Amino acid sequence: MSGAAGLRERAWAAAARVVDPEIPVLSIADLGVLRDVRVAGDTVEVVITPTYSGCPAMRMIELEIEAALRAAGIDKLRIATLLSPAWTTDWLSDEGRRKLAEYGIAPPQGAVSRRALFGADAVACPRCGSAETERLAEFGSTSCKALYRCRSCAEPFDYFKCH
Amino acid sequence: MTAPPLFSYTLRLADNALILGHRLSEWIGHAPLLEEELALGNVALDLIGQARPLYAYAGTVEGQGRDEDSLAYLRDAHDFRNILLVEQPNGDFAVTIIRQFLYAAFMHPFWRALARSSDATLAAIAAKAEKEAAYHLRHASEWLIRLGDGTAESHRRAQAALDELWPYAGEMFESDAVEQALIAQGIAVDPTLLQAEWERSVDSVLAEATLARPTAGWMQSGGRSGRHSEHLGHLLAEMQFLQRAYPGATW
Repeated sequence: MSGAAGLRERAWAAAARVVDPEIPVLSIADLGVLRDVRVAGDTVEVVITPTYSGCPAMRMIELEIEAALRAAGIDKLRIATLLSPAWTTDWLSDEGRRKLAEYGIAPPQGAVSRRALFGADAVACPRCGSAETERLAEFGSTSCKALYRCRSCAEPFDYFKCH
Repeated sequence: MTAPPLFSYTLRLADNALILGHRLSEWIGHAPLLEEELALGNVALDLIGQARPLYAYAGTVEGQGRDEDSLAYLRDAHDFRNILLVEQPNGDFAVTIIRQFLYAAFMHPFWRALARSSDATLAAIAAKAEKEAAYHLRHASEWLIRLGDGTAESHRRAQAALDELWPYAGEMFESDAVEQALIAQGIAVDPTLLQAEWERSVDSVLAEATLARPTAGWMQSGGRSGRHSEHLGHLLAEMQFLQRAYPGATW
């Protein structure tokens, strides 16, 4: 393996271990926030995309990528933010969806293309699996989540919104 | 010296987003219920998040070395180019929701159109903002229906808020010579093309909310050229205090 390809692989593996500070079961690779790792000469460029424009976790994610790469012995690095194409929950990996549900957060239902102006998404309870749920609030503890409640097991839960 | 048209255009978009975002942030700690506190805070975050890349881009286009912080914190009221609607005080919850609704019903189709701009940076910012604006419109619409079609008191307040803020809606559809040139180049959006969709959104939600659409009449204007209501100065005094008192402070 050439030096650049090896460096890229090492950098990707290090960056991919960084987790979302708000949802620590998801890595930035699961989320689709980690878009690319490029090597130019001896410098590594990590390309990320923000989930929501104002997501306060992005700055922390940048710092953690930098720390992860340095821990992997990569000192010459830069982090680039890419806005286009805009992040979508369609990029969330199947593994990521499974981990979300296990963590107690209902993963996004279906694809973004079906987004309707009114009406709540039909969301299954991540705890008991019941479809008898109701939306309590459009916005939850972070921009990417809404607050739901299960009418069968009475547990409130977060829903990772389609975006 | 006149500013480049693309700078002026981008600055107007950034100022709208920042000022409305700051207004909404004033609800933190005062919202009528916890879920709504989180919602208003999240919408504010989205708006301030939209403002940041717009300011950064405006600074780049201008080429005078101003960054997003200097544009946000070191200009006085007459240098701001936001529409008057977004600087209006929060009032009661109905006023906040009406202001949010009138703005989001315009911005949702606006961002969708700007996502097709020939300017790649504006298009990229717009494509992200469009998704957020869809939630903002849904949130404001659902509240408006609940308030209008709720109790006699909530209906009365919602109608009063609508009547009070309606004259500020006209400014969203204005464009001046600066923008006309950018529209011709496919960079800017012609706001008059969005009027029909805006009216459809407004009419359908108002009908469901059992609220009466105010009769067309004289519309307020001036924010886009720096002539603001007295409210903006007070908002800036709070928002800019730290950078004015401790220039260059970071944390």
